[in-house]
Amino acid sequence: MTVTATRAPRRRTEERPSLRQRHPARFFILTGLLILLLLMVAPLLVVAVNAVKSPAEYAANGPLSLPHHLYWAGIVDFWNRVDFGLKLWNSFITSLVVAVLGVVLSVFNAYALGIGRVKGRTWFLVFFLVANLLPQEVLVYPLYYLSKQIGLYDNLLAIIIIFTVVQSAFGTYLLTSVYTEFPKELLEAASIDGAGKWLSLWRVVVPVSRPTLAVLFTFFFIWTWNEFFLPLVFLISNDNQTVPVALGVLQGDRMMDATTTSASALIGIIPAMVFFLIFQRTLTRGIAAGAIK
Amino acid sequence: MAGSTKNRGYAVYLIPGIIASTLVIIVPLVMTVYISFTKWTGIGSPRWVGFDNYTRLFEDANFWASFGHILLLILAMAVVPTFLGLVLAAVLFDYVAKKFNDRWASVLRSGYYLPQVLPVAVTGIIWGWILHPSYGALNKILETVGLGSLARNWLGDPKYALYSVMAVMIWFQLGYPIVMFMSGLQRIDPELYEAADLDGASWWQRFRKITIAMIRPELYVVLVTTTIASLKIFGQIFVLTRGGPSNATLVPSYFAYKNFFEKAQVGYGSAISTVLTILIVILAIVFLRLQNRAERS
Repeated sequence: MTVTATRAPRRRTEERPSLRQRHPARFFILTGLLILLLLMVAPLLVVAVNAVKSPAEYAANGPLSLPHHLYWAGIVDFWNRVDFGLKLWNSFITSLVVAVLGVVLSVFNAYALGIGRVKGRTWFLVFFLVANLLPQEVLVYPLYYLSKQIGLYDNLLAIIIIFTVVQSAFGTYLLTSVYTEFPKELLEAASIDGAGKWLSLWRVVVPVSRPTLAVLFTFFFIWTWNEFFLPLVFLISNDNQTVPVALGVLQGDRMMDATTTSASALIGIIPAMVFFLIFQRTLTRGIAAGAIK
Repeated sequence: MAGSTKNRGYAVYLIPGIIASTLVIIVPLVMTVYISFTKWTGIGSPRWVGFDNYTRLFEDANFWASFGHILLLILAMAVVPTFLGLVLAAVLFDYVAKKFNDRWASVLRSGYYLPQVLPVAVTGIIWGWILHPSYGALNKILETVGLGSLARNWLGDPKYALYSVMAVMIWFQLGYPIVMFMSGLQRIDPELYEAADLDGASWWQRFRKITIAMIRPELYVVLVTTTIASLKIFGQIFVLTRGGPSNATLVPSYFAYKNFFEKAQVGYGSAISTVLTILIVILAIVFLRLQNRAERS
């Protein structure tokens, strides 16, 4: 035991200096990749360091020094000033409802198009594909005008309805191609057992395609969370803003100095990072699924 | 006959989708196209003016400038990330994963992908601060290391603003092609590479003949989606520069937004977004045809 334990580290120290000499190409490629990695994450690190630094210390030592003590007042002040808890809740509830309803709508559409092979399905698919590509600018003014007419302007409900439809256009497209390959035997077995189309959908199709639905749910949640343009137009009052809108409209505000700005950026980054960590597995799988279509 | 009754049972499931898309997509789309032929402030009723908005558009220097900026943004958001992403994905998959191990490759991949998960508005805030002329981190860093003469008003000087935005967009986009290409590379049979090695093929030959050929589907998907994303860019521009300074970073979507909500020129704004939409649809059709042709041959 002790022999192997002492030998292992020594072998590594012998090998390390020789990497550069024995494999120069290997050494330089790895160094290059690590420098690139540093460039990619450096902005986030700089933000994190300065979000917990006092303005006085920032003025004295600049953006690269590590803070001598953790200064939370910047984050707390900003949180209270924009009532950030409320914005988090607005973003969360909007994204959650859109993700659930968007998946349900996609499932209905794809059930009819992929499994039911309804007449004119190619045209429906082309429609959903085009709908998915449309820039929101071409829809925004009528949506703004109509929602004012029916009293949904400055209301989370308007955003929920719009994004449910927009996201489900993508969902329909992806899910239809999955359902086209759905094993017919499973559906036949269900119908022999006397299940109608409604029961087959919930007892057979949805459970079997659960991994794909989880991926769609993840996409819809994160996409809706990150949306900026339509929430900016629709959610004008402070109480209704989502996180990106609340942070975005404060840019260039006179109240924003270096440390407050990084504090605001940090509390915008953290939820995104949390989702990233939670959903990373589904996400990677999902990107792979999207690539095959 | 039996087939059509079977289908009728399924058609019911399309009803919610059809109603919802009609209300949220078709009606607004038709309205925008109609409004683009009128003069309207958003109040009262629109007045029909025929093609006036479009003729005005084609004489408007800002309109042409905004599409010129889009060409540069396509370079920064689609061309450069796709090319770099291709090389990086191949190096990570074919070199790092084999010579070191999978763990390194996946850690690097996640790191490169990180900017992609941030909300667009937040990336704008981060870079807006780093590039700020008086309290921004970049100028402070340059001063600290004695390169103070290189400090610039990165986003506030019309000479540099668009290039600064382009640099930010490369940073933002790079992870997407890497992840897409790496997932595509997993389909490649390792024996293909071994056979190429036995034939004495160089890394570059293998890259061109095997890697690129095998992940062509991903290549098309990435190019289409990133090009369309650059045509639609709004959030970063809104947060970083608001189209300024003196329209140096104006893009079509922000141009339309300004006409809708700041100048109350709804007809003109509608014409801009209609042109943008037509361009995107044409682009998508061209790409799809190219893709189909490539798949057939």
